[in-house]
Amino acid sequence: MLTVKILGSGCPNCKRLKAEAKAALDAITPDLEYRLVEVTDYADIMAYGVMSTPALVINERLLSAGRIPRREQIAEWALKLNAD
Amino acid sequence: MTERTLTASRAHSDRRAFALVGLAAVVWVIAWSQLQPLADLLSYRVLSLDPESHLGSSVNFFLYDVPKILLLLSGMIFLITLLRTFVTTEQTRRWLGGRREGVGNVLASLLGVITPFCSCSAVPLFIGFVESGIPLGVTFSFLITAPMVNEVALVMLFGMFGWQIAGLYLISGLTLAIVAGIVIGRLNMERYVEDFVYQVRVGSGQVLENRLTWTERFEQALESTREIVGKVWPYVIVGIAIGAGIHGFVPEDAMVDIMGKTAWWSVPAAVVLGVPMYSNAAGVIPIVSALMDKGATLGTVLAFMMSVVALSLPEMVILRRVLKLRLIGAYIVILTVGIVATGYLFNLVM
Repeated sequence: MLTVKILGSGCPNCKRLKAEAKAALDAITPDLEYRLVEVTDYADIMAYGVMSTPALVINERLLSAGRIPRREQIAEWALKLNAD
Repeated sequence: MTERTLTASRAHSDRRAFALVGLAAVVWVIAWSQLQPLADLLSYRVLSLDPESHLGSSVNFFLYDVPKILLLLSGMIFLITLLRTFVTTEQTRRWLGGRREGVGNVLASLLGVITPFCSCSAVPLFIGFVESGIPLGVTFSFLITAPMVNEVALVMLFGMFGWQIAGLYLISGLTLAIVAGIVIGRLNMERYVEDFVYQVRVGSGQVLENRLTWTERFEQALESTREIVGKVWPYVIVGIAIGAGIHGFVPEDAMVDIMGKTAWWSVPAAVVLGVPMYSNAAGVIPIVSALMDKGATLGTVLAFMMSVVALSLPEMVILRRVLKLRLIGAYIVILTVGIVATGYLFNLVM
């Protein structure tokens, strides 16, 4: 199962990333099992070496920081990491 | 979406993206060239206003300036965001690592201008910088220019006053950041940073998927443009409407007594006035331009602008999470003194 983490302190961009990630993951066929977690504590965020939020982490791999990737890109990452 | 369809679509994306952007650029240029003719047509022919009248010239000014500023904003924000996709905070941190006072402050101020910055990132960024051993003063130089010398302010200044004024804002912002950063560094206030900052273990963040494709860069630029213009356009309209009103109706020199050179208290007053006003650059500048038309001096007006943008309560609240009260206090005092000094300087020199 995929663990998808959204790193950010709750600003509008962080919420958008969460929405985009959810939309991307839900659109994948065949259905993918995943768990979406919001990480808002700064110490936890920085443990990933992130300085610009929002950031996206899937299965403990840091994939993007400081921007909102395209849905297709998020889906691609999800599929690749799911296969690992 | 399956894996196969995703990789296939990527190949076509970039070329198509370039074509679309090229087309948009052409449309932009055509629109730009037709601004005044269109404004004239609408105000003098369609609305049949008299060009000599107050109302006529106000409306004409409004109809010309609103689309002009909006076009300028969209175009330049798109370009600037595009350029910024080549710079990341992590890179900035690496560039600044190990620099000392002086050189470090200058570099940090410059980087603050070009590094993309969102106030929600202020805290992680601050922690990250401090953790990598970047001196406190240097970090502050970055934190001052990042929100203050932002692309919206520069673009609007350029659009309404020309490149000289925009350049002056840029240079005085940089100077302010460098000097303030050095002063803060000298004060040795490291212990006024919240303790947890020094305890945070910053991970290496190596595993970052980097190489953005052109399509992704264009998309980010478009998204950023949409977001900013979408947030800012009501302010632009109101600001220019007020400016147009003043332009057409307020008699010359009405503001001289209040904001002109002879009133020594005008600079501090302008700064104090700017503090409770947390606005983005867009809303303030058109008003400011019309005021200048009527006799307010450049220094006072610049001080006002910087105060509105830099001495912002929301950002101080955010920074409170990582800075103890005394350090925030020092930061505010130093910035205020710097802004007031800048205001006086420009009033004297201009």
